[in-house]
Amino acid sequence: MKVTLFIPCYIDLFYPQVGQCIVRILEELGHGVVCPESPACCGQPAFNTGYWDETRTVAVKVMERLREAEVVVIPSGSCGAMIKVFYPELFAGTPHEALARELAPRCHEFSAFLVNKLGVTDLGARFPHKVTFHDGCHGLRELDNKQPPRALMAKVRDLELVEMSEAETCCGFGGTFAAKFPMISTAMGEVKCASALETGAEYIVSCDSSCLMHLQGLIDRQRKPIKTLHLAEILVQR
Amino acid sequence: MSTAATQFKRDARRLTADLRHRHIIHSALSQYEVTRDEKKALFQDWQGARQLAAGIKWEAVNHLDRYVDQFVRGLEARGTRVHWARTGQQARDIVLGILKSRQARMVVKSKAMTTEEIHLNEAMEGAGYEVVESDLGEFIVQLRGEAPYHIVFPAMHLTRGEIRETFQRKLGGAPSDNPEALTMVARRVLRRKYIEADAGITGANFAIAETGMISITENEGNARLAAALPKTMITLLGLEKVLPRLEDLALFLPMLATVGAAQLISGYNTMYGGPRQPGEADGPEEFHVILLDHQRTAYLADAEQRDALHCIRCGACLNVCPIYRNVGGHTYGTTYSGPIGAVITPNLRNLQDWKHLSYASSLCGACSEACPVQIPLHHHLLRNRRNSTRQKPCWWQRTAFRGYALVANSCRGWGLVTRLGRFGQKFHGLILGSRLDPAYAWTKTRDLPPIAAQTFKEWWRRRGKTRA
Amino acid sequence: MSERDHIFERIREALRTSAPRPGAHPWDSAGSAGLPSGADFDRVLSATGRTFEENAALFERNSVDLATEFLRVDGRDEALAAVVRLRDREGWKRVASHRGELTDAACAALGLPVHWTGAADDVGVLEQCDAGLSECDALVAHTGSVLVTSRSAGGRALSVLPPHHVVLARREQLLPGLPEAFALLKTKYGGNYPSMISFITGPSRTGDIERTLVLGAHGPKKLTVLLW
Repeated sequence: MKVTLFIPCYIDLFYPQVGQCIVRILEELGHGVVCPESPACCGQPAFNTGYWDETRTVAVKVMERLREAEVVVIPSGSCGAMIKVFYPELFAGTPHEALARELAPRCHEFSAFLVNKLGVTDLGARFPHKVTFHDGCHGLRELDNKQPPRALMAKVRDLELVEMSEAETCCGFGGTFAAKFPMISTAMGEVKCASALETGAEYIVSCDSSCLMHLQGLIDRQRKPIKTLHLAEILVQR
Repeated sequence: MSTAATQFKRDARRLTADLRHRHIIHSALSQYEVTRDEKKALFQDWQGARQLAAGIKWEAVNHLDRYVDQFVRGLEARGTRVHWARTGQQARDIVLGILKSRQARMVVKSKAMTTEEIHLNEAMEGAGYEVVESDLGEFIVQLRGEAPYHIVFPAMHLTRGEIRETFQRKLGGAPSDNPEALTMVARRVLRRKYIEADAGITGANFAIAETGMISITENEGNARLAAALPKTMITLLGLEKVLPRLEDLALFLPMLATVGAAQLISGYNTMYGGPRQPGEADGPEEFHVILLDHQRTAYLADAEQRDALHCIRCGACLNVCPIYRNVGGHTYGTTYSGPIGAVITPNLRNLQDWKHLSYASSLCGACSEACPVQIPLHHHLLRNRRNSTRQKPCWWQRTAFRGYALVANSCRGWGLVTRLGRFGQKFHGLILGSRLDPAYAWTKTRDLPPIAAQTFKEWWRRRGKTRA
Repeated sequence: MSERDHIFERIREALRTSAPRPGAHPWDSAGSAGLPSGADFDRVLSATGRTFEENAALFERNSVDLATEFLRVDGRDEALAAVVRLRDREGWKRVASHRGELTDAACAALGLPVHWTGAADDVGVLEQCDAGLSECDALVAHTGSVLVTSRSAGGRALSVLPPHHVVLARREQLLPGLPEAFALLKTKYGGNYPSMISFITGPSRTGDIERTLVLGAHGPKKLTVLLW
């Protein structure tokens, strides 16, 4: 299968290794990977702030670049939901509506792509650590993506998954929300970190680097004894 | 920024830093979640129940004229006086008119958010009536001169010690801070009030079109007493409360209890179809029902968000909302707090003054998932944001997003952003976390990761060249 | 134009644009058009028993959770004896009740002064009674509820004002769930409903102080259901 990779802006700038791991995983599974040079942003910041006209300008370019793709893999539940769920609403009643609707089913969040589309769960990974999993809200609630990451982790040798009590609670990132209401965002992050620390895990794992950027930022500032990792980074460990 | 927005931010800042407050709310609601899930599991198909409930509400709200008419005819046929109020002022005047004609002096109330919505207590007290809230939580916050903290649990932010202190100050004594002892103090005080009250005022959870009845859900029996003892009963309810059929309650009563209070069913679910009828032992001589519009018909006209009128005021969205759980109910400064409040308040009052509530959300969707009638609350928050920027765009934000649209998806533009970011980062350490920091909102409490030495795109390009 | 007409006009004007059906979400599949049937309710609501014994057991389990005192007795005579035992245990001096086949017999067996609801100055006297005895329309196994109306159970106050509410119910009054209870109301009263219909579930309760359960917030502190 020829996979088109959509790399969100924050992965490009801050977490390139996440993208690199995904390329490696997909290529090892025998798939060709392409990555269009230009799209860097799905337009979610503008969309969530209410600037839908500006979002459409961004989104049209994204859709045109992805128009020919056989499948699109997105290492983020959040950007995935933006394209799969919100583009159709964003373009409702515009000339691009058909394209948005047609594109949505070809796009997949990374873990869902492996498990639901490829039927792969065992990547031969080994990670001898105790981890806890953070469900990014968009992946969880817009894309119904609770099971795929857990199916993948279940096959990682020596990995111990301890669910935290607040696994499904928002970490408080929320895009521009984190900057508009930093006090609320920080309090939410503290709740999340406390819940993760309670499990005794060494790592908070997630399919969303944006959530992890927020959590790691808090962890570093408050010097908490836990680290964050994107699921893809674990799946390449041997 | 509007006054309401300033107040919201100020209180949010204060309360998110108040770890004691956060602990009280978190522990109360964590216990709720566990029990709620047990009760949900008793349904054979909870998601199916949500679909049915949403479908019934859709039918009712989208044929509101027909069902309201049927509801009113049924009530009137058995001697109920029905009143219509387009505004809060009209509703207050109707209540005061009834109290005057009945020569009332004291009014006992059971919990009703619609009366909070129109500030009925202030109006009655201003006109010289004694007004007593009878729901224990409402009674406590009334004694303290506060608004309800939560739609369902008005006093959940208070500890037993604070309640004891309030009782000592206002009622002249409380033997201990034991919840049972405190409840018995309130019981004794309120019993006298019921017996002396001239009028009872209630809200309604549902209005049954088919049989012309209102339905009230409660646990304490206070609404039962308010509807039994005083000679006049007044019920104030919003137009949207209507359900088509009596048997629809077989679905809604257990659902409301499950998500509202984590119960199988509430203690008292009571339907009233009129004043005391011939042959009945007791009951009010007069029963007045006031149907309140108060912007509901305006809301109805917004087809995109019409389903916000499906809301049964169960409080489920508040209970699961991480924003609510960290800033608390009073911070919203509205009658309806939490996600439903953040959805409807900007539309019921003034979008520009209240839009901050729609922005104060991470859009996590826990509310929509919890809603028993499938209101897509967090999507409505997005629509409120869209409407507010359409109505009144913020120039610098629009410029920023337009600029971003130009660079984000062009190779050159993005390369420039990357290089600029790297350059700026060199000096970031000098101002990091200070007010001069352009990323202050982030860096005040969080570290910002450095831009990678080689971004993904740079790596990908180089890899392509090497392979070629 | 009256306010009523104004409001109706605004409703009709608003409804000219149609709204999307619910279930626009990935996790919310769309419901069917129109109102659901009783079979739809049965599919989603909690499962109930099929036999009397199963439902009686369900009612009993719920009673334990609710702190309802549920007494199953064998026949009418035992029921009357049970009421007398309650009198002795609780030390009743005076009870309130309403005229009815079961309540008449129970009050006769008690041999105490009885306040019959419906008399003048009801409230003051009723409040002084130690218990209120009433019949009911049905018991609901699924929820552990007692269904009473202002016609079947001595008015509105009898079941909430005295500190102890005692309900007398016959075997055939036990219903599996709420759909059956609403169906019963329809056949029994359809077209001429009592002014109050109430599902009473357990004694009066509150959790308003630190979410701690306290019984007897305003209504009865005790609820006893006698079934034979």
